[in-house]
Amino acid sequence: MNRRRLTQVIVFWLLRIATAINGVALIIVLYFLIANGWRAINWTFLTQPPLDSMTKGGILPCIAGTIFLGLGAILIAFPIGVASAIYLHEYAKPGRILRLIRLGINNLAGVPSVVFGLFGLAVFVVYLKMGVSILAGALTLAAMTLPVIIGAAEESLRAVPDTYREASYGLGATRWQTIYRVVLPAALPGILTGAILGLSRAAGETAPIMFTAAVFYTPSLPSSVFDEIMALPYHIYVLATAGTEIADTRHLQYGTALVLIVLVLGLNLIAIVLRARLRKRL
Amino acid sequence: MNDILKIATRSFDFYYGDFHALHNVSLGFYSNQVTALIGPSGCGKSTFLRCLNRMNDLIPRSSFKGEIFLDGQDIYAPNVDVVSLRCRIGMVFQKPNPFPKSVFENVAYGLRVKGVRDRTYIRETVEKSIQQAALWDEVKDRLHDSALSLSGGQQQRLCIARALAVEPEVLLMDEPCSALDPIATQKIEELIHHLKDNYTIIIVTHNMQQAARVSDATAFFYLGKLIETNETKVIFTRPMLKQTEDYITGRFG
Repeated sequence: MNRRRLTQVIVFWLLRIATAINGVALIIVLYFLIANGWRAINWTFLTQPPLDSMTKGGILPCIAGTIFLGLGAILIAFPIGVASAIYLHEYAKPGRILRLIRLGINNLAGVPSVVFGLFGLAVFVVYLKMGVSILAGALTLAAMTLPVIIGAAEESLRAVPDTYREASYGLGATRWQTIYRVVLPAALPGILTGAILGLSRAAGETAPIMFTAAVFYTPSLPSSVFDEIMALPYHIYVLATAGTEIADTRHLQYGTALVLIVLVLGLNLIAIVLRARLRKRL
Repeated sequence: MNDILKIATRSFDFYYGDFHALHNVSLGFYSNQVTALIGPSGCGKSTFLRCLNRMNDLIPRSSFKGEIFLDGQDIYAPNVDVVSLRCRIGMVFQKPNPFPKSVFENVAYGLRVKGVRDRTYIRETVEKSIQQAALWDEVKDRLHDSALSLSGGQQQRLCIARALAVEPEVLLMDEPCSALDPIATQKIEELIHHLKDNYTIIIVTHNMQQAARVSDATAFFYLGKLIETNETKVIFTRPMLKQTEDYITGRFG
């Protein structure tokens, strides 16, 4: 075997191993959660509030809370994020200001989530007097998701060939008509995928909601956006570190984690299906 | 030969930033004629074509000097609405660029952005335009399929149909056959022949035979300057300048 072939074989094996590490890591995590958590999962677990200092009963308020927070965050962040991306990519004149804004957005994406949590506490909870509430939590998560959505949306807009824009202008369309009728539909699959991936990340975050929305325990479901709620990631954190019966609730911890993972994987699955569907329609 | 001047440029200069792309171009285009713009790559013929419907407005840091008249009116005058100008001067691009929409919606697009709501009118115009573009028999059963499922030649005729649907007076074609095979090219050339009864056509081409076959007048550009322009049969048989003759006969370019 000559040297060039040998190099190629080695490189390909390194690439294979790198890929395999990814897959294996996911499988180990999933196996671990399922093996330890599946016994906790039953109808009561999914439909009842916690009982007896959270050592029994279910996690319904947590599931509901995570769904409310996720939906709220995406409802706020999606329109703002997409609008910003359209402005940045389609309207704004390239130059120093635009570069500065981009830099800001990229840095925002790198801000640790606990900083977002403190920001939400200071601004939404205290300064705007929302209190610890779904609204404050959703806004905090939205702020955290925003750069992800802007990034994904801008990337998708960039991927729309300029020939579409030219054709549209050539037919007497205005800039907005071109964006609305040609560019956005072509970019939509990518934008939605980015948004859902942002949402699924937000749904799993603990730090941004622990000061702004989530509470240790509340048996009832929220009746307004100003209510505080339980949430899956925070519940796991509480059960695993702050409860009185940490060892006894181990299967509940795994069960809750499993539910969260399934929720997040489900969202990612929706993103994939949605993208495939929209692509096919084109 | 018809001699109504449809478009005329007067001492037109165009700049991309500091790059002087067009020098002092004065050229007329006559109604119901096909005018071919020829010249080596980078000579400014496409830039010139795109000035005629102000597509170059979109290029940042570009500027121009001089005037372009459509039916005697300056298209760069401040009161001109560029959107309605582009309805009067349609454009077909080098690479077929149908929208990722159905065949029908591609052709209906220009009407929809104009605000036309009348469904019967839209349907009739779409059908008429596709027929004019000699594409009807091939797509009449697949009007609601994606335009991207058509072949390259069909896509380019669809783009022509799309441009015709807004009923322009002038059709600009920027190397419309450069991405097509010989058979598709022949179809487009026949189409150009028919279309000149109703439209003023300006076509950029790299193909000398094509210019000779389809055009009534030819303008030769070199390094951003208009070198020579005349009736096509004169340009191709008795050009006045040695430079033109060298280019046409393939000695440079």
